[in-house]
Amino acid sequence: MGETHGISRSLCLIKPTGEETLIAVGSYGLQRQAVTAYSVSLEDWNHPLVSVLNDRRHVYFPAAHSAADRRRRPSTPFEDDAFHVAPLNLSGFSDEAVGLLLFAAPPQVVGEVSWFTLVFGQKVDQILRLHALRDGDRRQGRERSLLYSIINAVTDPILLTDTEGRLLIANARALTLFTASEEESEGRRGAVRMNNMLLSSALSSKAIEETGAARRELLLVNPVDGSDLLFELLSTVTDDPRHGTGVVSILRNVSDLRRASEEIEENYRRLRVAEAQSRAERDRLNLIIDSVADPIVVTDAGGATSLMNEPAERMFTMPHRASATEQRWVQANDAHFSSFIAGMLVSADQRRVGEIGLVDPMTGEAMPVEAIAGKILSEHGELTAVVTILHDRREALEKAQLYEQLKQASDELERKIQAATADIAHQNELLRRQAIELEQNSQLKSQFLANMSHEFRTPLNAMLGYTSMMLQGVAGPLDSAAKRQLGRIESNGRHLLAIINEILDISRIEAGRMPLQISTFKIPDLLGDVKSELEPIIMRSKLTVTLDLPKDLKPISSDRQKVKQILLNLLSNALKFTHQGGVTISARRATGERTLSLSVADTGIGIAQVDQEKIFEDFRQLDTSTTRAYGGTGLGLSICRRLAEMLGGQIAVQSTVGKGSMFTLTLPLQGRK
Amino acid sequence: MTRVKLDRPRVLLVDDYPDAREMYSEYLEFSGFDVVEAANGMEALQRAVEEAPDIILMDLSLPVMDGWEATRRLKADERTSRIPVVALTGHALAGISEGAKRAGCDAFVTKPCLPEDLVKEIRKVLEHPSAAASRKTRRSDKHAKTS
Repeated sequence: MGETHGISRSLCLIKPTGEETLIAVGSYGLQRQAVTAYSVSLEDWNHPLVSVLNDRRHVYFPAAHSAADRRRRPSTPFEDDAFHVAPLNLSGFSDEAVGLLLFAAPPQVVGEVSWFTLVFGQKVDQILRLHALRDGDRRQGRERSLLYSIINAVTDPILLTDTEGRLLIANARALTLFTASEEESEGRRGAVRMNNMLLSSALSSKAIEETGAARRELLLVNPVDGSDLLFELLSTVTDDPRHGTGVVSILRNVSDLRRASEEIEENYRRLRVAEAQSRAERDRLNLIIDSVADPIVVTDAGGATSLMNEPAERMFTMPHRASATEQRWVQANDAHFSSFIAGMLVSADQRRVGEIGLVDPMTGEAMPVEAIAGKILSEHGELTAVVTILHDRREALEKAQLYEQLKQASDELERKIQAATADIAHQNELLRRQAIELEQNSQLKSQFLANMSHEFRTPLNAMLGYTSMMLQGVAGPLDSAAKRQLGRIESNGRHLLAIINEILDISRIEAGRMPLQISTFKIPDLLGDVKSELEPIIMRSKLTVTLDLPKDLKPISSDRQKVKQILLNLLSNALKFTHQGGVTISARRATGERTLSLSVADTGIGIAQVDQEKIFEDFRQLDTSTTRAYGGTGLGLSICRRLAEMLGGQIAVQSTVGKGSMFTLTLPLQGRK
Repeated sequence: MTRVKLDRPRVLLVDDYPDAREMYSEYLEFSGFDVVEAANGMEALQRAVEEAPDIILMDLSLPVMDGWEATRRLKADERTSRIPVVALTGHALAGISEGAKRAGCDAFVTKPCLPEDLVKEIRKVLEHPSAAASRKTRRSDKHAKTS
């Protein structure tokens, strides 16, 4: 065609299927190097060659003579020479050109060129199609083997069966379940047969039910070890117009799944138990926390309160129907606590102890607390919470105050005791001095009494002496009246003398000036002395005085003079108050006791019961008339009792009015020295 | 007064209380004694030497020189040591009679003492078989008996 039409150079560009580039496939009369490197991107819509391809019209580019000419035409291996571009159409009506034919020729060659390009285009198209078909086949083969390797990679058995249940395609896993060669063991083949039967029955019954995806369980036998395998059968009916209806089945092994679900159930159960335990734990913890009398507050890392026990709630939560004051208190508490926590959160301290001045919202009482806060850190060392315990310090403060008071009181007491001790020492000193003084006074008193007694006796001596002389008639005889009167003077003088003597005795006893002179003596001798000393009175009284003494009476150890004085007194009293009958003096040693009883019993006037104790008192006689009638000072018995006590003994009286009296002196056998 | 009667025993009466002295003196004269008086111990010593009484009645509480001291001196003096001394006192305190005896008194009489009782005591002392002789022995006998 070139030679007939004077075509010296040409270039064929085609668009391969699925590509967006025009590439050079053949040339004539052009430099080979320029041709192989030449291509045009179809995405370059403004490219004159792309426009030719899209418009499918023949275009002639005249030779370029200037830069402006060059800008209006594409750069080609033809360079500045004129060339024709003809699209390679499939037909006159085709909407698609498969390539372009470029050739250098005179402007008028269009008739033959269009025929050629049509034929050439069809040929090129055919070639391209064939080419594309071969490509497709190759790709399909690749894809198929890819698909196989994919489905084989799936661990679940996947199989395609026809409507009769015959196996068309199976993956490797499915093959182990459903196929067995002749070499396999009988057991394995039996298992495979059973699996096929189970599968086809499952599929057929499934096919009866409905079309579309359905799930059901299928129990198969593992041909390898005979164990049960539970599958979930997922089958889908595929309609292929070329190959007819088939069923794609995917068997998902749920043996593991069931185990897994059982495990999950077990885990869930455990979880519930754990949850219950942790709830119980938490309840117990809450109980513990609530039972702590001190407020406990748990704060999160952001400073927000996450847990409070009951005492803490009382401090920091608004009471029901709180008054404005109560609200202020709670808010103040909250503010104080928050600032403490804020300080804790920013500090690096793990623990912090501080004092917070809270207010008891129930009473409004100031409540200083000691706050002990500790940080709780996570495993990674992040702050998760702050636990704060508030300890009421009021009690401690109160105790301290009480202790202080107690200490003061004790100091005061000590001071007082010291003062009292000093006072006592002082008093003791005073007492000691007083005792000395008393002793001196007592001595002075005794001295005084001795002197008194002397001073009394001296004039009394003269009075009694002269009276006696007159009565004896020293100064001449007296008439009876004078004698009677002088007798009165004498008896009163004697009475006065007796009183003086007895007062002296009492004062001596009381001043301790009557020392004991202990000696051993015989009672009969003593009683004989007493009796003989009072003989004149006995004679006058005309009474009988009887001694009643046991024969084996042993001597006693005592102050003879004083015992004698007592007995003299008792006997003279007995004689004085007895008008008829007699007086009996008896001695008895009490069996088992180291005492001796000396009794003086009379048959006299007796003493009434009420008076029996009075007679031992100083200056006592039953009435003043007795003094006149019977004489005596009224001091005798009181002296007797004092003397008896000095001797370690006692005097008792038994008496009946009108019948008589018995005075008993009881003495220790061995008198104290 | 009637000092010429040599058969009457001579009594030296020593007492500072005139009424008592007079009373006893009168009664002793009445009872047949020759009485010489002294008002204190010093006087008594003098009279005892001068008058050579047969017996001395010595009140113990005396001015100038008391009865105890006078008795001690009398008993210490060769001229008077043989004259019996009867102590006479209004003091009734314990130990007085003991003190009197230690001083050398031969008897002890407590006032008030009726004149007749005193005369009895004087006679008792004078009539003692060995009143004039070996008085010291007798005195020690008396000591033993009364203590």
